[in-house]
Amino acid sequence: MTLDLLPLGQNARIIAVAWDQLVDEEAQRLRALGLDAGAKVSVAHRGVFAGSDPLAITVGRMTVALRRVHARAMTVEPA
Amino acid sequence: MTRLRSAALVGNPNAGKSALFNALTGARQKIANYPGVTVERKSGRLILPSGEPVELTDLPGSYGLHPTSPDEEVTAKVILGQFPGESAPEVLVIVLDASNLEQHLVFAQEVIALGRPTVVALNMVDLAERDGLVLDPKALQEALGVPVVPTVAVRRRGLDELAAAIAVAEVRAAIDPADHHQPHTNLTERRLTAHAVAEAAIISETRRHRMHAKLDRVLLHPWIGPVILFALLFVVFQAVFAGATPFADALDGGVGWLHDGVKGAMAPSLARDLLTDGIIAGVGSVVVFLPQIVILFFFILAMEASGYMARAAFLMDRMMAGVGLSGRSFIPLLSSFACAIPGIMATRSITDPRDRLTTILIAPMMTCSARLPVYAVIIAAFIPNRSVALGIGLQGLVLLALYVAGIVGAMVVALILRRSITKGAASGFIMELPKYQMPRLKDLAIGLFQRAWIFLRRAGTIIFTVTVVLWLLLNFPRAADGRDQIDASIAGHIANGLAVVVEPIGFNRDMSLALIPAMAAREVAVSSLATTYAVGAADDDESNRALGAQLARRWTLPMALAFLAWFVFAPQCMSTIAVTRRETNGWKWPLFMLGYLFALAYVAAGVTFWAATAAGL
Repeated sequence: MTLDLLPLGQNARIIAVAWDQLVDEEAQRLRALGLDAGAKVSVAHRGVFAGSDPLAITVGRMTVALRRVHARAMTVEPA
Repeated sequence: MTRLRSAALVGNPNAGKSALFNALTGARQKIANYPGVTVERKSGRLILPSGEPVELTDLPGSYGLHPTSPDEEVTAKVILGQFPGESAPEVLVIVLDASNLEQHLVFAQEVIALGRPTVVALNMVDLAERDGLVLDPKALQEALGVPVVPTVAVRRRGLDELAAAIAVAEVRAAIDPADHHQPHTNLTERRLTAHAVAEAAIISETRRHRMHAKLDRVLLHPWIGPVILFALLFVVFQAVFAGATPFADALDGGVGWLHDGVKGAMAPSLARDLLTDGIIAGVGSVVVFLPQIVILFFFILAMEASGYMARAAFLMDRMMAGVGLSGRSFIPLLSSFACAIPGIMATRSITDPRDRLTTILIAPMMTCSARLPVYAVIIAAFIPNRSVALGIGLQGLVLLALYVAGIVGAMVVALILRRSITKGAASGFIMELPKYQMPRLKDLAIGLFQRAWIFLRRAGTIIFTVTVVLWLLLNFPRAADGRDQIDASIAGHIANGLAVVVEPIGFNRDMSLALIPAMAAREVAVSSLATTYAVGAADDDESNRALGAQLARRWTLPMALAFLAWFVFAPQCMSTIAVTRRETNGWKWPLFMLGYLFALAYVAAGVTFWAATAAGL
């Protein structure tokens, strides 16, 4: 399952990230924010109005906003 | 032992660096730009326990020494001593958010590994405790090999201890510069170490319901969140336009008093006219916008300091994505409704250079407060004051339409630019949502003072110069006795030439003459028309009313509407052009902006004029 499909509030662990699907700078930024293989994450908020973009991801004690394209590159395993 | 001269705060964004910087240096700060880039350089004086001053720099927040934005590039280069003209800070003060230790230790390790004199400020320990997290600074100090000082910047806790540690870091370094050198590591290794170090430093951790998670449940709610945001924006706009009026009126009165006082005190001469009608009136007409700018910035700074700004960007991201921008562009565009200058300056927080450029280029289309005097005069003169339905006035509706025209124009242009000139990699939106915090009044006051000063300095330089030049153009060569001065002046001749160009869009010579001084600032168009129609009323409001009658007699409705349409788009503001030049480091983009906005204004005014004429208005 990819991160964009993870149900709200469900804890999970990132098991792989398809970095080649992302722009270099954005990949670097996501890694710097701790969104990398091994990180424990959950989806705190998803979308505005009826859309499903952007997402607010809890990683450790931090909340990071990102778009669905980024989340789709991250494979997660519910924990 | 040599005297310590410089230190710098480094750390992740949202580590509380700015609050710590304010607490350590007080209000005496110097803000400048790093040469060649548009990144702010903030420095101030830190007094060591020995009484000696040290220059403390607040480096832009960064996630690592491998930069992904202009801000981060400056931080990395300054730390490494590679920034031209900047010597590397002698002591590095790493600021860590205590409640986000694991994340912040990743960058901290990179800095510590440089082996330079380093002190760690374990900041916001009170917020961590509020979240149920108790840390052991001693254990952290052992693990990192550098002094760790717990601080609470907003309550001034731990500041003396931090200053003492900074002073001592120098002595240690002088004895053995390679004291705590560690081998270079990669990101994954640093993250594993960060995890282990953070875990070891935790004394106790109780999972409480964290306040910010609760707040986010409401403020980031897919339906309630946007409603709250729009309600808040409504309050901000109300405050900017209504709340500023008494202050603006008082300033206006002050400018008028000064104008009349100087006029009365000096013998009639050209020099007196230059001072009063040129400089005081010209610079004064811009300074009266200071209250609006201060009020707007109060809200923006408060939203930023409280952590809400990142939520606003989150809520607006979807809409901005529709035109190829991201949520980060929302704040600069919002600021531009007061004035494009602070708006364009606020684009510095946009990490993607193409996003940033696009935002700068469309910012002038947001209806700034300088357009209001022009709109107000023309609408009052030509649009009947009657109700359309349900108490909605026709005049207000026209004003709203002008605002909407600017927004729609900006969105369309953004869409086109992102597919052509600023085309590039997917414009992403990756942003940390910081914890909520009560903004501290002193930090807000310092920020407001700095913004106000930047604005006034600009009024004192650029606007001053332009005003003098325009006054000269309007007053030379001198007209023969009994002849109209404007007709004889250089500006009058330019207007005659310009009239040929703007005739197809319905403008007469008086209108084209008004456009020339309005290049300095849009609102000058009003006083210029008033002068042209020789209305000699002293009070602004009175002259506006009298001017309205003159306009209604001399212009047709299609002409007036075309004039309004022109001002929606025309880039008639020297300061905006100047600030664009500074922010984009060259003349290429400001010239492009001038070109496309004038073209848009010309087409919009022409279409309006001919459509209105065809409709028989």
